[in-house]
Amino acid sequence: MIPEIGYFALIAAWVVAVVQCLLPLWGSYRLQQQFWMQIARPAAVTQHLLVWIAFLALVWAFVEKDYSINYVVEQSNSALPVYYRIAAVWGGHEGSLLLWALVLSGWSAAVALFSRSLPPILVARIISIMGAVAVGFILFLLATSNPFTRSLPYFPVDGKDLNPLLQDVGLIFHPPILYMGYVGFSVAFAFAIAGLLGGRLDAAWARWMRPWTIAAWCFLSLGIALGSWWAYAELGWGGWWFWDPVENASFMPWLTGTALIHSLAATEKRGVFKAWTALLAIITFSLSLLGTFLVRSGVLTSVHAFASDPTRGLFILIFLCVVIGGSLTLFAFRANTLTTSARYKVFSRETLLLGNNILLAVAASIVLLGTLYPLLADVLGLGKISVGPPYFNALLVPLAHLLLILLGIGMVVRWKDQSAKAAWQTLRKPALFAVIVGLLLPLFAQGNYQIRAALALIFVFWVVGVCITDLLVKVRAAETLWQGIKRIKPSYWGMLCAHIGFVVTVVGITMASLYSLDKDIRLAPGESIDMASFAVTFQGVRDVRGPNYDAIQGEFDVYQSNHFITRLYPEKRTYWVRQDRLTEAAIDTGWTRDIYVALGEPLDKGAWAVRIYVKPFVRWMWGGAVLMALGGLLVIIDRRYRKNSFQESLDVRAA
Amino acid sequence: MFAQHKRKIAFLMPLLVFLGLSIFLLKGLGGDPNALPSALIGQPLPAFRLPTLSGQPAELTEKDFLGKPALINVWATWCPTCVAEHPMLMQLAKAGVVLYGVNYRDEKADAQRYLTQRGNPFQKNIMDTQGQLSLDLGTYGTPETFVINAQGKILYRHVGEITEEVWQKTLKPLMDSTER
Repeated sequence: MIPEIGYFALIAAWVVAVVQCLLPLWGSYRLQQQFWMQIARPAAVTQHLLVWIAFLALVWAFVEKDYSINYVVEQSNSALPVYYRIAAVWGGHEGSLLLWALVLSGWSAAVALFSRSLPPILVARIISIMGAVAVGFILFLLATSNPFTRSLPYFPVDGKDLNPLLQDVGLIFHPPILYMGYVGFSVAFAFAIAGLLGGRLDAAWARWMRPWTIAAWCFLSLGIALGSWWAYAELGWGGWWFWDPVENASFMPWLTGTALIHSLAATEKRGVFKAWTALLAIITFSLSLLGTFLVRSGVLTSVHAFASDPTRGLFILIFLCVVIGGSLTLFAFRANTLTTSARYKVFSRETLLLGNNILLAVAASIVLLGTLYPLLADVLGLGKISVGPPYFNALLVPLAHLLLILLGIGMVVRWKDQSAKAAWQTLRKPALFAVIVGLLLPLFAQGNYQIRAALALIFVFWVVGVCITDLLVKVRAAETLWQGIKRIKPSYWGMLCAHIGFVVTVVGITMASLYSLDKDIRLAPGESIDMASFAVTFQGVRDVRGPNYDAIQGEFDVYQSNHFITRLYPEKRTYWVRQDRLTEAAIDTGWTRDIYVALGEPLDKGAWAVRIYVKPFVRWMWGGAVLMALGGLLVIIDRRYRKNSFQESLDVRAA
Repeated sequence: MFAQHKRKIAFLMPLLVFLGLSIFLLKGLGGDPNALPSALIGQPLPAFRLPTLSGQPAELTEKDFLGKPALINVWATWCPTCVAEHPMLMQLAKAGVVLYGVNYRDEKADAQRYLTQRGNPFQKNIMDTQGQLSLDLGTYGTPETFVINAQGKILYRHVGEITEEVWQKTLKPLMDSTER
């Protein structure tokens, strides 16, 4: 009964989404009747509540083990712990799309609730466009991927179990947060389309759009980091990024989304790059949709692509064509009416932000090309070579270095016009500091001086140095230190925090890529292995039983310079239902290094093949993402986005 | 006037690029990627002479893959799907299926370590460091698996992970039929 309620709630949500899409939009062209536009807000909230009912109905089916529902059978088993049964809701195709729809309706409800100060026409159009996306998505669910389908009258007594790779705390948090980011860009997209429809893409428009875009970007940054951490902890061989199509699908919107928040800054402050900002918003959301298409259509095979079905692919492709094709057509006809009166010189913050945008757009194109290359090459009949990690690393590492150089300069250069001489005065100290520290630090790597590490560290300390210099300049302008610090706005702290977060991530990636140690050895109980200053002793194995698996658990003592640090218990699990064997690594985490132990295969006489890694600074990569998200949060809470911004924008326009 | 015209064309570019891209996506949808047709079906294995992963013997040729119906699995250590597939390969090897490995564009040390760590399901394993054999086979990505009969004729090509279902429904019947 409850799944049927969920199904009907989903149908009702679709009907409400149609209303949410059509009536407010129609009303926005008939201003004498406010009524039609006023439908937008209640419709968005109602749709959200209805999708919640559908979603909770599916959760209920999983918790209550209703194996008459096909999706529950495919994704769970009665021995699965309840928290994984709930997370299994989004472990497969149908449920993850339902989560997508839930998040989408959540964002449009949020716009409905927190946009009191926006002009009614703009709100009506934004909510209507988000409604249009929801119409397509819920229709997709209902038509091709209904999660509530029952197999009656005969149904299995138990489920086939969740893929063991997914039975990890990562599954609980990673998809919802990633989708919050992915789908959150639908708000920026709706702002862009509404702005293009109304022909109004000015500083006020950019200011309203900015906190929403940054919020989505924060979620996406966290979501990607969580995914990478999950792969590291769960795949059992210490890798943290594979340039897999599904990872790329989340990385591309992050790149263009990062470009978007920077070009929005320029549009808000100076009224420049209007058309470019609108285009970036469209592209970012399009890439999110493309990601869904790539994952769900089976066009590209990947470890993440658990379900693939050509009819579903065709539906998403048509949906993509309507949404992206339609918005790009609108862009083509409207963008040339946008004019910019603001002028800026070649050496100015505008130019540097443009540079940032170009680099990020090039990076996104490289990732897109690398992801689609097997497909393009196949269709064009140009030989069949797939590109692996070497392609991405060779092209993206130099781009990241260039980006860091521009980032440092951009932080101190003023809007409009900047004398190169004055900029050099400010920048030469951090530049010198960066070169010295960057060249010296790899000397501490115990005789393993890597020029690539030195290079990356120079750029990292360049940004750190500029951040400190700029902060000091700001603080010194006030009479006392405390007054100076107090005077700084949250959005400035946010910018510093996000930029430092970015370089922290760069440090993590550089150090973990260049200085990881790994050993693959045969260890008999009682034997020990030395790695750098660490020693790992194998104590033996024993059998343990988990909630839905049996495991062989190894016991390893880790010593550093003869001091005991910790005892690690990696496992080799066999899940009962699928009989899948899974390597569960054990990790001792630390600020400057992780020690990672994984059991291989049993050898003779109680010995095991064991893989041990020491990964320096690997946590920094994910810690940096947390700092970036925190920086975004600080920008969002800046008071200027919460003032009565509509009134203010009228002042701006009058001025 | 001319500049205005150029501007309009510039704003049309994103749309044109997208339309071009969607044609490729549509073509890509055409078939199930897990059952890509291969021009090689019914053909003998392409000739090759490649080093082995173990180093003993130093080299193998296509003649060394003859004699028994077998699966030829193209794999790489940098391919997450191969990691996911590996337990299934181990299971097949245990059940007595003859598996030959083609290690695709990899470092020798990485590949050896991968097999020590996860177990080696392959009776013979060659290293296709430059991707020549994979090119001849028309490999689209990793993992890919070819079914050959005892005479080395290619019977089938499977792209992507071998799941229990793929094995039971497609690969196993093929191998059983050729044995008779």
